[in-house]
Amino acid sequence: MGRISETFERLRSKNKAAFIAYIMAGDPDRTTSQAIFDGLPAAGVDIIELGLPFTDPVADGEAVQMAGLRALKSGQTVRATLDMVADFRARDTTTPVLLMGYFNPLFSYGVERFVADAATAGVDGLIIVDVPPEEDDDLCRPARAAGIDFIRLVPPTTDGVRLARVARDSGGFIYYVSVTGTTGAAAAVPEEVAPRIEEIRKVTGLPVVVGFGIRTAAAAAKMAAVADGVAVGSAIVSKIAENGPVEQALEYIGELSAGAHSARA
Amino acid sequence: MPAETGINSYVNGPDENGRFGGFGGRYVPEALMPLTLDLEAEYRRAKADPAFWAEMDDLWTHYVGRPSPLYFAERLTERLGGATIYFKRDELNHTGAHKINNVLGQVLIARRMGKTRIVAETGAGQHGVATATACAKFGLKCVVYMGAHDVERQAPNVFRMKLLGAEVVPVTSGRGTLKDAMNEAMRDWVSNVHDTYFLLGTAAGAHPYPQMVRDFQSIIGKEARAQMLEAEGRLPDTLVAAIGGGSNAIGLFHPFLDDAKVAIVGVEAGGRGLDNKTGHCASISGGRPGVLHGNKTYLLQDDDGQILEGFSISAGLDYPGIGPEHAWLHETGRVDYVAITDKEALAAFQLCCETEGIIPALEPAHALAYVMKIAPRLPADHIICMNLCGRGDKDIFTAARALGVDMGGMPQPAASQ
Repeated sequence: MGRISETFERLRSKNKAAFIAYIMAGDPDRTTSQAIFDGLPAAGVDIIELGLPFTDPVADGEAVQMAGLRALKSGQTVRATLDMVADFRARDTTTPVLLMGYFNPLFSYGVERFVADAATAGVDGLIIVDVPPEEDDDLCRPARAAGIDFIRLVPPTTDGVRLARVARDSGGFIYYVSVTGTTGAAAAVPEEVAPRIEEIRKVTGLPVVVGFGIRTAAAAAKMAAVADGVAVGSAIVSKIAENGPVEQALEYIGELSAGAHSARA
Repeated sequence: MPAETGINSYVNGPDENGRFGGFGGRYVPEALMPLTLDLEAEYRRAKADPAFWAEMDDLWTHYVGRPSPLYFAERLTERLGGATIYFKRDELNHTGAHKINNVLGQVLIARRMGKTRIVAETGAGQHGVATATACAKFGLKCVVYMGAHDVERQAPNVFRMKLLGAEVVPVTSGRGTLKDAMNEAMRDWVSNVHDTYFLLGTAAGAHPYPQMVRDFQSIIGKEARAQMLEAEGRLPDTLVAAIGGGSNAIGLFHPFLDDAKVAIVGVEAGGRGLDNKTGHCASISGGRPGVLHGNKTYLLQDDDGQILEGFSISAGLDYPGIGPEHAWLHETGRVDYVAITDKEALAAFQLCCETEGIIPALEPAHALAYVMKIAPRLPADHIICMNLCGRGDKDIFTAARALGVDMGGMPQPAASQ
């Protein structure tokens, strides 16, 4: 069993939802970013999403766009992001790490080489937003062959036959996008999300995580009551953009985590 | 490796997955997939519906002014002293460029799909103006994303779009050109899929856009073929067209792809020269395959797969990618792709004004610059057909600046030397 399923198993036995935090690799620079990354498990983060910066992130709102540009400006590369994961793994062998981003930098790196290097570094999953099931041969299949889960985003507009197809093609967990739009958009409404999660559970046995549009500990708690996990990205990235001490960002992440973990107490 | 169904044919692509050889595809977020599949199905229905084409023909004839003339550029031919040069005059279309051919087709598709709001990206503003025009005609809400840098260098078109009732949103992310406008238009689309249609202006993006845009623009090549047979009793020897995303070029080229004797040349924007990594927009001559904005194609990118900001004096060519069918036609060797610098394009711009009394857009001025290079070396019985895909009214300010003419507040005649 991999780290992702072990994590959900462990949390389920404690009747807790998973808290998933997103940071952009290399934002604002590699050293600071590594320090935040390394501090996430102690801040209560169960699964880490590490963003791969890209110049043209069409599915992201302003906060993540700016984070990516800051990271690129500091010289972040695909190789540097893999090195960050390897450094993290030297200290932490249990927390799942997912890479989230866009296909072109990986295509440029070389897909076979990338999935091999990512597996070696200790990457557990990929969320690559511009590679739908129609293009599975490009990345999903090679990743799976290397033992890396390919996690899919499911937006509100995906339902019926297509939902079943997307779910069947996913690994690790289903990432339910709670609002139609880009990351960091309008706030999600738990009453609307709950029935969609039930719908997704009918077509897959994978855990269902809710993300996009969750900005506060209270919102995280509400979503954690109906889902197997809660993901927060833009709000964390915006906090990091304030350029305060690393501890300040981790403290904020800790509050979000406490919110998510309090849901079923 | 010619296309799928006919082993010796170049005109049967894309395949069912939207592939031209290894290029094309559907690299979009899941949020756009259901709509992309709906669009594909609707386009297939429309394509097989005679009523759809009857409406297109009526619009092309009475609203656009088609067919556009095939014109013998006599003085230019004399001046260059070699090949016989014809212009396909798509700059005479309503709104002043080829863009309207495609826009009307897609607006009819959007209406069939029940969409009430149109978003579009624009570089030079020609596609934005064409989209705003069609939306005004059909009473649709229109939002045009335009890079802030382009808003500045294409002010007349910004005003036109506003007159036509469109909302023009300046995009400040990136360098503020067509690529950034495309990103914002896609973000808008992702956020408003329920009522919004994304009206893409070039033969790129996710399947079925490259095919659909090509099919609508192919009216150019179909007409040119028939007109050339009527004028000269035979097909041209060489076709030349400028390429940013490549819609006017694929429109001219496509009906000739299986005519093996017709040489075909696509002209990319060489900007300040190909040796300057961020100084040009020649995706094929100076880029390599990658994935951006829904398709796999040739892109300007750095060693780590980050997209580079290109550069061209022509806002319409200022895009770091190219349509996937062109990528495939390049790899198969059917079409030659070359680059022309800003300087060469400006010289062609002036020559066209002086010898033919036609102010061309800076985009087709690139095609003309290539014609100027090859025509003198060719015999008089070699016929070149060049797509004069847009008129240059929008470019006079840019051209004046580049030629060192101060227009101040008072419009002055364009440069003389």
